[in-house]
Amino acid sequence: MLQYDIVVIGGGPAGLAAAIAAKKNGVDSVLLIERDRELGGILQQCIHNGFGLHEFGEELTGPEYADRFIKELKELNIEYKLNTMVLDISENRYISAINTEDGFMTIKAKAIVLAMGCRERTRGAIKIPGARPAGIFTAGTAQRYINMEGYMVGKKAVILGSGDIGLIMARRLTLEGAEVKAVVELMPYSSGLTRNIVQCLDDFNIPLLLNHTVIDIEGKDRLKGVTIAKVDENRKPISGTEKYYECDTLLLSVGLIPENELSRSANVKIDPVTGGPIVNESMETSVKGIFACGNVVHVHDLVDYVTAESRRAGYNASKFVKGELYEEKDTIKTNPGEGIRYIVPHMVRVKNVEDSLELFMRVKDVYTNVKMRVKSGENIIKEMKKRHLAPGEMEKVKLNLKKIEGKLDDITVEIVKEGA
Amino acid sequence: MEKREMICIVCPVGCHIEVIEDKNDPSGYIVKGNKCKRGKEYGIKEVTNPTRIVTSTVKVNNAHLCRLPVKTNNPIPKEKISECMKEINKVEVNAPVEVGEVIIRNVLGTGVDVVATRDMC
Repeated sequence: MLQYDIVVIGGGPAGLAAAIAAKKNGVDSVLLIERDRELGGILQQCIHNGFGLHEFGEELTGPEYADRFIKELKELNIEYKLNTMVLDISENRYISAINTEDGFMTIKAKAIVLAMGCRERTRGAIKIPGARPAGIFTAGTAQRYINMEGYMVGKKAVILGSGDIGLIMARRLTLEGAEVKAVVELMPYSSGLTRNIVQCLDDFNIPLLLNHTVIDIEGKDRLKGVTIAKVDENRKPISGTEKYYECDTLLLSVGLIPENELSRSANVKIDPVTGGPIVNESMETSVKGIFACGNVVHVHDLVDYVTAESRRAGYNASKFVKGELYEEKDTIKTNPGEGIRYIVPHMVRVKNVEDSLELFMRVKDVYTNVKMRVKSGENIIKEMKKRHLAPGEMEKVKLNLKKIEGKLDDITVEIVKEGA
Repeated sequence: MEKREMICIVCPVGCHIEVIEDKNDPSGYIVKGNKCKRGKEYGIKEVTNPTRIVTSTVKVNNAHLCRLPVKTNNPIPKEKISECMKEINKVEVNAPVEVGEVIIRNVLGTGVDVVATRDMC
């Protein structure tokens, strides 16, 4: 049986940052396990730029961003295994994994960092009616085909969902010579970043149809066309608004789901709202010694936030191994109040917060000119004016706990509308 | 051009702005709807000299993948994007390639190079 102090599962941006942080904090026995043939995760297929403004102060492409961390990992001589699939994790931190070189392995870890990322929601998950021809892809799959494997997916496309990957793919298909007829969004707003709407759609005159969805798919072997209809405030199609779009390709960018099969096998408690593990200030899950970070915890919109969160997870995993993390005393909860969908971390052991506490959250709706209020029990400890809040843009609140007078109670964050 | 509407992307607020030609203003334009100074700069740049970084891939031989990701190492004029794509699509390279390696020097006479964005071996 193999033994390591820390095993990191997943070699994308989260796993890389966690492994590096753990090693830098003095834990030498670190193993990173990746199921793909190379490190970097989804960044390797995100060839567009705009990554790393917070981390490096410049706009890098996905592969460049990954490259910096992969090189750092190698310089630090951190061990890693590629083409290796983790099959199971147990609560007492035994890992079962398999590859063609080592065969079946059992690995005992003092601490585990879960960094498996997320998966795309598929056609089946959103139940689009109609025929089942070829030509329907999730946006990320199409991205991998085009940018890495060298296959063009089609000539005339409709994209359902205006998440960032859908927007990025609208531009990518256009640049590669395909015609993108429309990006169709069920909600009254896009869940993508504004700059992607401008630079990927407006730049190429691609229409964005808000409050619309695909209600039928036609085609026997290959997709021939889709029917799009307007939806009402309950997101039900409005009869009489149907319009047929001839196309051979339908891309789906309809959301991401944290990939927690392994977390569940270790009995890690999952938050039904985020779809990821419930974590504390140290990014430790409900199972002692098992940490989690990145999109496996909650879907981020900026990789820089994944990196920051994952460093924290790796650093705290190393503290756990060295016996420097305080056990559960003085644990407070974070509660999403009015207008807030979720907050990560879910729990805070105040004693373990070294300088400041960072809370990541998403709002439920689009808000303009509101206040974001943070309360400890009933006491208001922070208020921030916000000109614009949207579900597609993750919010970060930094609390300097040393400046808060009195004993810290459960933290609530809420949206307060003008005049309230 | 008399008036153009656009969404400012300098920050996440995303102001809907109007850029209107005005010879009386020292910049030659007035910008409406922006909530900060940077919005004015963005609006004027977008009507006078809009530029973009272009990212794409080129064919790569002898590697574990078929495509090598590339980018222009500086922004190029927006109207040259499709011409630039044509140049990129003509190129074929052989591995090994290192990140930052020049794939096309001075593309379309812009003074901008197309460079590899990852190692490929």
